[in-house]
Amino acid sequence: MILQENITAKKIWAILETVCDPEVPVLTIIDLGIVREVKVNGEAVEIVITPTYSGCPAMDVISMNIRLALLQEGITNISIKQILSPAWTTDWMTEEGKQKLKAYGIAPPQYKQVVCEPELFGKEESIQCPLCNSYNTRLVSQFGSTACKALYQCNDCKEPFDYFKCH
Amino acid sequence: MKENLINYTLHLADNALIMGQRLSEWCGHGPILEQDIALSNIALDYVGQARNFYQYAAELKGGDATEDSLAYFRNDRDYKNNLIVELPNGDWAQTVLKEFLFSAYQYYLYQQLKESKDERIAAVAEKSLKEVTYHLRWSSEWVIRLGDGTEESKIRVEKAIDEVWMFTGELFEATEYEKDVIDLALIKDKWNERVAAVFNEATLTLPQTKTWHQTGGKTGVHTEHLGFILAEMQVLPRTYHDATW
Repeated sequence: MILQENITAKKIWAILETVCDPEVPVLTIIDLGIVREVKVNGEAVEIVITPTYSGCPAMDVISMNIRLALLQEGITNISIKQILSPAWTTDWMTEEGKQKLKAYGIAPPQYKQVVCEPELFGKEESIQCPLCNSYNTRLVSQFGSTACKALYQCNDCKEPFDYFKCH
Repeated sequence: MKENLINYTLHLADNALIMGQRLSEWCGHGPILEQDIALSNIALDYVGQARNFYQYAAELKGGDATEDSLAYFRNDRDYKNNLIVELPNGDWAQTVLKEFLFSAYQYYLYQQLKESKDERIAAVAEKSLKEVTYHLRWSSEWVIRLGDGTEESKIRVEKAIDEVWMFTGELFEATEYEKDVIDLALIKDKWNERVAAVFNEATLTLPQTKTWHQTGGKTGVHTEHLGFILAEMQVLPRTYHDATW
């Protein structure tokens, strides 16, 4: 429990480290890079977050979980603001987050930002299989189980896997 | 001036919502699982974009307006979407063709809007453009696959062009609320170029662009299809006003 007068931005960031993405529970919202700012003004705490995709249904759950995590620590004066610009990019995902994703069986976004281009049948990214580490993989669909993922299959170990696509 | 901005924001929101609602009809009915998921993802992007625009429109209107009241408690004559988005899905060819023609339009529209002087519209456009890029690529590839595919797939996509083409002209016809905020002539040039390139690759014949076209959606005069979409989408909140998710 944090006393109201001892609220600092640093402590808030530490609490936010415990809030996970409901769809990919190994990632915290800090790993994902969706927390853009924490403002502390006396007892008032404002958290600024940005959605990964416009229709991401996890955003409402994430806002609620942030609120709950802060309430648990005795912080009651909370406002959560959503901003759209600058638009979220996978470049904001932490290195630790990328490693957690891989360990969880989801290929992390590429280090060099390769964003979807409208060019047809364009060169596909060479994505490493998170299970056997082979680069001999193929794109099954640009759209996967959630808005932020694409579906791939490994040509070597034959396993299908999710790729957290560059955005 | 403010009235124009509200109407324009509602127009952008209505286009995204009706497109999303229509496409979501494919959920559970796609030809294969991966494409079913693709369409559901695209539909979800649209609904998300619609929410962002409705939230802004509600703030501009003030009073009791909310994103939900704007989506659920307006009648067809108040909706400002383009006619093309309310057309029935038809078969697979018609669905992907409609998606291609519309996402090519949205791709250039959002490119222009992200430079808008209105910060909120610019922010939504910047965010949405990333998503629309996926929609455009996916639908372009499908138009090519069908056009340059089998005899049957080609016939289907040609039939879809016959049915949908007359609804594309309206996209570029500026209404009162659009003429100061967007250069539709510029978007039309780029759209024509993109559509010609994809049709060429798909071995499809580009229809005459100067033919007569259907119009009216942006000022509230719709086809009979919109009423049915709204009836299905709005029945629950209109029947049970206090219903919450």
